[in-house]
Amino acid sequence: MNVPRELRYTKTHEWVKQLGGRVVVGITDYAQHEISDVVFVELPQVGQRVEAGKGISIVESVKAAFDIYAPVSGEIRAINTLLESDPAMVNQDPYGKGWFFELAPANPEEADALMTSDQYDQLINTRSTHGPP
Amino acid sequence: MTTDVTRGSRTEIKLLLEKSKAGKEGVFLPKRKFPELNFSRLVGEKLQREIPPRLPEVTEPELVRHFINLSKRNFSVDTHFYPLGSCTMKYNPKIHEEIAELAGFAWLHPLQPGRQVQGMLQIFYELQEALGQLTGMDAFSLQPAAGAHGELAGMMITRAYHESRGEGERHIVLVPDSSHGTNPASAAQYGYQVVQIPSDPRGRVDLKMLAATLDKRVACLMLTNPNTLGLFENDILKIRDLVHGKGALLYYDGANLNALLGTVRPGDMGFDIVHLNLHKTFTTPHGGGGPGAGPLGVVSALAPFLPVPIVRRTGELYGLDFDRPQSIGAIRSFYGSAGILIRATVYIRMLGLEGLKRVSRDAVLAANYLRKKLSPAYPNPHDEFCMHEFVLSAAHLEKQNIHAGDIGKRLLDYGFHAPTVHFPLVVKEALMIEPTETESKETLDAFADAMLRILKEAEERPELVRNAPYTMPVGRPDEVQAARKPVLSFRDLEHE
Amino acid sequence: MSYFPITSQDRAEMLETIGVEQEGQLFGLVPESLRNPRIELAPALSELEAQRWFRSLAAKNVNLKTHVSFLGAGCYEHFIPSVVRHMISRGEFYTSYTPYQPEASQGTLQALFEYQSFICELTGMDVSNGSHYDGATALAEAVFMAFQETKRRKVLVARSLHPDYTRVIRTYLGGTNYSMEVIGFGRGFELDLNHLKRELAEEIAAVVVASPNFFGLVEDLTEVERLAHQNGSLLIMTAHPLSFGFYKTPQGWGADIVAGEGQSLGMPPSFGGPWLGYLAARRALMRRMPGRLVGFTHDSAGRRAFCLTLQAREQHIRRERASSNICTNQALCAIAASIYLAAVGKTGVRRIAELNMENAFWLRSALDSIPKIQVLTRGPIFNEFVIQLPRAVQDVTEALFEQGILAGLALDQVDPEWKDQMLLCATEVRTTEELDRFVKALKGIVG
Repeated sequence: MNVPRELRYTKTHEWVKQLGGRVVVGITDYAQHEISDVVFVELPQVGQRVEAGKGISIVESVKAAFDIYAPVSGEIRAINTLLESDPAMVNQDPYGKGWFFELAPANPEEADALMTSDQYDQLINTRSTHGPP
Repeated sequence: MTTDVTRGSRTEIKLLLEKSKAGKEGVFLPKRKFPELNFSRLVGEKLQREIPPRLPEVTEPELVRHFINLSKRNFSVDTHFYPLGSCTMKYNPKIHEEIAELAGFAWLHPLQPGRQVQGMLQIFYELQEALGQLTGMDAFSLQPAAGAHGELAGMMITRAYHESRGEGERHIVLVPDSSHGTNPASAAQYGYQVVQIPSDPRGRVDLKMLAATLDKRVACLMLTNPNTLGLFENDILKIRDLVHGKGALLYYDGANLNALLGTVRPGDMGFDIVHLNLHKTFTTPHGGGGPGAGPLGVVSALAPFLPVPIVRRTGELYGLDFDRPQSIGAIRSFYGSAGILIRATVYIRMLGLEGLKRVSRDAVLAANYLRKKLSPAYPNPHDEFCMHEFVLSAAHLEKQNIHAGDIGKRLLDYGFHAPTVHFPLVVKEALMIEPTETESKETLDAFADAMLRILKEAEERPELVRNAPYTMPVGRPDEVQAARKPVLSFRDLEHE
Repeated sequence: MSYFPITSQDRAEMLETIGVEQEGQLFGLVPESLRNPRIELAPALSELEAQRWFRSLAAKNVNLKTHVSFLGAGCYEHFIPSVVRHMISRGEFYTSYTPYQPEASQGTLQALFEYQSFICELTGMDVSNGSHYDGATALAEAVFMAFQETKRRKVLVARSLHPDYTRVIRTYLGGTNYSMEVIGFGRGFELDLNHLKRELAEEIAAVVVASPNFFGLVEDLTEVERLAHQNGSLLIMTAHPLSFGFYKTPQGWGADIVAGEGQSLGMPPSFGGPWLGYLAARRALMRRMPGRLVGFTHDSAGRRAFCLTLQAREQHIRRERASSNICTNQALCAIAASIYLAAVGKTGVRRIAELNMENAFWLRSALDSIPKIQVLTRGPIFNEFVIQLPRAVQDVTEALFEQGILAGLALDQVDPEWKDQMLLCATEVRTTEELDRFVKALKGIVG
């Protein structure tokens, strides 16, 4: 499982990249592997205010639907429209072209509560491999 | 224009629009009576259709061959054993079809005056009464077109009831984590917040968690009994007391009534609202996904809220009662899926109480028999007597990279429809099996034999199971592609 | 008993395998107080007795095969080609289950794909679902689609809709925090555009109109469409599906969604059901559609294969996050519609539309020339129109019944303000002799 060292993580399998004053969010390699083929991604709207820990996106496979949660509170500034025509990108390049959305964080301290790559690595290795993320 | 193509043992049945040829007609239609009424001129051009619809142009013989050959690609109860858990795929008696098609039923207009349709209204009334007797509920509406439709009406009644008592702030509906998907969907559709109650290690509703979650914000608990694990919620009377103690209502999802027909009644268990699935318990045909019917029964305190109209009897006269000021209103046009209601009524009349009790008896016997034959070869997470269905797990095959769905596909090659797979969610790699009471012991034995053979295949030649089926008109469709690039009509196909 | 293949010998063997002596042990967990309920049901009938009993009930009913009917109002007597009943009586179609296992259900799946295709062709819309319960519930779901798409909370509904449809929308909205407003109609039953303009506002998710409407009138929807879309609201249409054989389609009017009753596509009246709600929309609204959708794909050998798709919208996957709770739909009725549309075909659907129209136009003309009768629906119609009688409709109806004729709907049953008005329907099944008979009879009754 690919767990890039420079990213931060949530226990609900989102990754977070700090980019200046914004954060970019996607789902991890582990998550895309569990979900298997992504057929549709329901993204939040630009301008939407989100609260840390609340579900703001849904990923669909053929047989299931998975909630994706906001890692921090803030306002959505951009969404990855590529996923509308090519949801498979989430499986192919989860940390790159398969990003979900960008947000402007409301409380910078929330980023400190996110997991490091080591902590996340430990989480996915002790976890049973079955059941949705 | 193209025609069906056979290569080897497989035939590709083209779409009718692919087989069409200009000038062909499928039926002898009458000529115009008043051809002098030239509508292209009489009606403004603006109102007219611009181009004719691209509907098929095929002759009747071609049409018949097309649909008959399509029908032969289906499994059906008439041709195969269908052990689908929570679906109750029992035999559909042919007398039901004969009676439902009588002109005196099929050719009735719902707006004919009541006295012209007394025979039909009598059937509605007798069905209301019979379902009341069988469920122990005080009043019934026959309007809902499906179980989920009944659930939605049940949610509406729940809200109307609480509001009538000044408790409209109750905004939460509880469902067990093993519930059918329609339960939370119905509650949410009507604006309720859904809270899930976990199952305990015995597979039943966790009473402690239930008690902890019940408070004055809860409007209703929705339950199926037996539950989707096929287990009887033996603490149902305690559950009833807990729920009613907090002023909430108890809703019964009747999908599993086949286990209890004539033997135990939801009304006696303390349920306030009950929906039945006539296309399950009362054997109206599944039709490839419908039509069904989902009659809704309630206790007398809730009767005023039932959808209008209800059928009443005054003396010898049957009539539609629209005068129900507290009703939630109409949930569909007219009064109910009469054609389906007739079939269920014939069933109840022919079986009588002894026959209906036998349904429950034999359904439970058949399920326990199969359960004994299939476990422990397939682990049974709840190793106790089941009711009309039971759940096995295929999780031990994970190491071969085989899932419950694969077992289901391989069963098709053995001439059996798959059981319900990957539901309920509380069991990993679930296989939910409901044989029903209309199968012979020989069929059950053959099914058990096939399941055990497949288990052996899974252990010795897993790739055989993983890539099944092999003998169907098609192999596994690429469902990922179907979802990523939906092609939902002929015109979509052309644009591909 | 014929439906119970388990013999007493089987029972004994099965109990032995299970390991119990008494069958009752299987019900051991059921509390004592719940056992042996007192149930009263009529005694069982043999098949012969059932035939006799139910035939006697059927014989009590005046029906459309014994009487000449001019009743419409949401339920229509149409010609059903014999091939329809014959095909859907195949056990492989009517006793099969929902096609969740596509390899074992290609018959149902392809028939439903063809249904979806034909509804798209008939209505001009991009995508159709695999059926809903009936026209009224399909329309209610269309309204919810509009709420979800626009994120607005109010809908404007024409008063000229079938009253059952308005009632059902009202029921579905009641208790939620969505709302509706009714838009009136003018003297000729046309939508009151000024009223519409007054009510159009930021919170309006959709405008719902019927054409032909409840009074039979077919309207020009150009201005309604312009006003609705200008306001950012969706345009939702409901209509008798065969009217599209001649009249402009919802797509032609620029509607976003069409939902209506498909009973006229090969189903007998059956006292109100089971029928068929058809629902079709623009492509952009595809994911908002409730109910099952059949898609086309291939298997790994490259063979074409049909399967249910976009299932992750539905209740069995989304549970409380589903936008609609629908599970069982009206699949067999959709297959009937598929066969019907294939049988009448491209040219037939226009012929049938014109056969309906000519009967209705002719009848309307003939009644218009009776001095004591006033025709109220004067504009373009499909197969229905309203007349004003000089007396209570009840009397006229009774007098007609004595002559073996079922009169049209008395409109004061819908609204007491609509006194002495009758909604008449003449479909393609009415012969010239029957139309003449009706005119003569009515003339005789009103003078």
